[in-house]
Amino acid sequence: MKLHLKIWRQENKNSQGRFENYTLDDVSQDSSFLEMLDLLNEELTEKGDEPIAFDHDCREGICGMCSLVINGVAHGQNREPIKQVTVCQLHMRHFHDGETITIEPWRAQAFPALKDLIVDRTAFDIIIQAGGYVSVSTGGAAEASAIPVPKKDADVSMDAAACIGCGACVAACPNASAMLFTSAKITHLGILPQGQTERYQRVVDMVNAMDTAGFGGCTNMGECEAVCPKDISLDFIARMNGDLIKAALMGVS
Amino acid sequence: MDINAIKVIEDSLDAKIPEGVIQEKWDKHRFNMKLVNPSNRRKFEVIVVGAGLAGASAAASMGEMGYNVHCFFYQDSARRAHSVAAQGGINAAKNYRNDGDSIFRLFYDTVKGGDYRSREANVYRLAQVSNNIIDQCVAQGVPFAREYGGMLDNRSFGGAQVSRTFYARGQTGQQLLLGAYQALQRQAHAGTVKLYSRTEMLDLIVIDGRARGIVTRDMVTGEMKSYLADAVVLATGGYGNAYFLSTNAIGCNATAAWRAYKRGAYFANPCFVQIHPTCIPPAGEHQSKLTLMSESLRNDGRIWVPRQAGDTRPAAQISEAERFYYLEEKYPSFGNLVPRDVASRNAKTVVDDGHGVGELQNGVYLDFSDAIGRLGKDVIKDRYGNLFDMYTSITGEDPYEAPMRIYPAIHYTMGGVWVDYNLESAIPGLFVLGEANFSDHGANRLGASALMQGVADGYFVIPYTLGNYLAQTQLDSVDLGNAAVAEAEAAVNDKIDKLMAVNGKRSVTHFHREVGRALWDYVGMARNDEGLRKALERIPEIRAEFWDDVRVPGSAKDLNQSLEMAGRVADFLELGELMAFDALHRNESCGGHFREESQTEEGEALRNDEKFSFVSAWEYNGDGQTPNLHKESLAFEYVALSRRSYK
Ligand SMILES: Cc1cc2nc3c(=O)[nH]c(=O)nc-3n(C[C@H](O)[C@H](O)[C@H](O)COP(=O)(O)OP(=O)(O)OC[C@H]3O[C@@H](n4cnc5c(N)ncnc54)[C@H](O)[C@@H]3O)c2cc1C
Ligand code: FES
Repeated sequence: MKLHLKIWRQENKNSQGRFENYTLDDVSQDSSFLEMLDLLNEELTEKGDEPIAFDHDCREGICGMCSLVINGVAHGQNREPIKQVTVCQLHMRHFHDGETITIEPWRAQAFPALKDLIVDRTAFDIIIQAGGYVSVSTGGAAEASAIPVPKKDADVSMDAAACIGCGACVAACPNASAMLFTSAKITHLGILPQGQTERYQRVVDMVNAMDTAGFGGCTNMGECEAVCPKDISLDFIARMNGDLIKAALMGVS
Repeated sequence: MDINAIKVIEDSLDAKIPEGVIQEKWDKHRFNMKLVNPSNRRKFEVIVVGAGLAGASAAASMGEMGYNVHCFFYQDSARRAHSVAAQGGINAAKNYRNDGDSIFRLFYDTVKGGDYRSREANVYRLAQVSNNIIDQCVAQGVPFAREYGGMLDNRSFGGAQVSRTFYARGQTGQQLLLGAYQALQRQAHAGTVKLYSRTEMLDLIVIDGRARGIVTRDMVTGEMKSYLADAVVLATGGYGNAYFLSTNAIGCNATAAWRAYKRGAYFANPCFVQIHPTCIPPAGEHQSKLTLMSESLRNDGRIWVPRQAGDTRPAAQISEAERFYYLEEKYPSFGNLVPRDVASRNAKTVVDDGHGVGELQNGVYLDFSDAIGRLGKDVIKDRYGNLFDMYTSITGEDPYEAPMRIYPAIHYTMGGVWVDYNLESAIPGLFVLGEANFSDHGANRLGASALMQGVADGYFVIPYTLGNYLAQTQLDSVDLGNAAVAEAEAAVNDKIDKLMAVNGKRSVTHFHREVGRALWDYVGMARNDEGLRKALERIPEIRAEFWDDVRVPGSAKDLNQSLEMAGRVADFLELGELMAFDALHRNESCGGHFREESQTEEGEALRNDEKFSFVSAWEYNGDGQTPNLHKESLAFEYVALSRRSYK
């Protein structure tokens, strides 16, 4: 198939970006979206132009590195009937011959641009550093079977822990809020017995870190959940807010 | 490289295996090792390259102990290392199922599964600490699967006769990695670990015979920078991407290990790679990587191809009598559950003989219709729903309706940097962990054992053995003015300048594909003298073409993904040759290394214990020169040598 591509190009952090137009022939229906970009990059390279920089690694939907806004949608997957997937799992058979496709980076104040379609998501690590862990050092663990965990809780914890930290939620949110990401970690740990001791301090510290990093507030738009490739639920945000209130009542700050 | 001119150096390798019976070696060794006083630890700087399971667990643990740790990785966050992609699970000898498992049995299975090419003492230690791993991960909040009563669930994996595999849905690697990542972030917050994301190690700095630092490139600015320390730990993963198409992430590379080799570490058993039987076959030239479909599918799927070669009718039109269930016919007792290497080789044979299915005739069927008929669609959906969805999203086909197509792909590399019992390489002060070392898996790795090894190395081995090294080594203070630093930086700059200067016509990917094809064809599932000699001719040719005609656009002083890839491919072009060389030298079949000249009458792998019961550790001798061979002979005192049989 033939495609018309409108792609965001930006030299570096400090430069002004702009859209550039490309036309690509002979794209296989069976290639993934990123393989389509590979093809374009190979053509650009052999022509002597600079290829388009974009983040990617595992190409199987689990590392969270790929991060493109396609036709205005993070990961570009609002294409029925397929379920939400990361852009590396999106395949060209869902596009049609002759289509014009717009490709942009994640846009958020807390994710500064680095080059072309690549942004800096260090802010997510900083939120985790503020408390997204159980404070147990190596060697200090009790026998694994000592504390049973109800299957129901383990399952919800796993639902939340499935977050891949890609940042699509932030990119999709009109306020560039990181509530879905943060609440997923709060839920993953906060629901397990191992995470109870630090539960309220954790939520206060992580939410503070989130605010400091420049992410916006949540106004319940639900755009984040809609683009999440791992089905992270808005319920987790409600749960996090509940924990925040409890923390305030307990005087945790 | 000349196979007839190898200088063999016997008995030069000291694996430093502690004395005593195998059950007591590690305990005794832990007692005998020297300790660094807690208040002195902050005086030591340790570099850890890699933040996958092995690197993150090592860096976090040593940070907790009080060392000053510097942790480098090429992704934007430590959470993205390719450990994240492991699906199946992690083994441990907990025996929660009361089904006869024990540390000894896990040890025994791993040595036997590795086809007797691993070091018994290391494997025993691995089985011992496996139980601590589960404790540690649960305490960190890893949401392992639970039974209704709240206890940890286990399953049997990869044909094991006991249920010893712990798992977190189909995302075990992700969850273990997040546990280690979180521990690492906690130390970053505490200030004991400094993180260097998007930073690639391009050379090792050796001063007075000891590993003292690394040269790195900042992948955002292109800035070259050296870091010095008291010891260097590499945990940079495997080299499966040498084959171009593999289940590895695009960025997985051999650069750090290869630089270490060129600086004096030995590369062990490079020809030992694992090919996984159940991956989605390539869909065309555009294919950039291959996706694994969990091995568990073979529990319910039946593997077949059309009996008639060249039969291109859709599966539904091929009657039962016209189907060739080749594994079930050939291996009546194991059937579709034969080990990975056996399943892979048989798939290759039927495809090579023209029975391949799919548009490109490059796969075999994995058919669930019987299981759906027997158990119902819902049960199958419950067991494999995620995998079926993934298959559909990649291929556009529905495995509930038509059989899946699968084909083997490169998945794991057992070979790697040679290390002794302390995980120290031939360069003092350079330690190598995880998939990057030649590890505990011999010639074949059992399912769910790589995660176990990575975290065992990082949480429970290196914190002791590195301390032992630091406590008994008198290290001179060094600074960036040292001549060795200037020399290493010049070597890196020189290589980058050369890559940028070729200004040829072909993309890096072109050459990567070429070398990958040569390796897959000649150093893949079945190898023979003639093919390996061809590879040894072809790879240097591709390398010469690369240096003559590659085009690396852009600037080296900028974010430049082509340049990153070019450096990695340049290394694969050298390592690939060593892989073929090692495969040619090892004229026996064992585990994943199948030499057609060495097979039983039934076509199964035939080991030659008399001649090849050793580790081949290659020592660099200059570019293009024949490397020296150090042999570490292997003794099997606890697991009697026997031949595998799956008939
Ligand atoms: C698809 C798939 C499924 C698997 N499933 C299982 C399973 O079910 N059970 C099991 O036990 N094993 C499984 N394995 C194997 C297992 O996941 C790996 O062997 C293991 O996770 C490797 O961990 P590691 O820490 O050694 O390396 P990695 O996780 O690959 O980490 C390497 C690290 O090194 C860094 N790095 C690499 N090169 C450089 C450089 N030059 N400079 C700086 N940093 C560098 C990277 O950034 C990364 O942080 C699977 C593997 C794959 C590919
Ligand atoms: S590249 Fe890893 S999730 Fe897309």
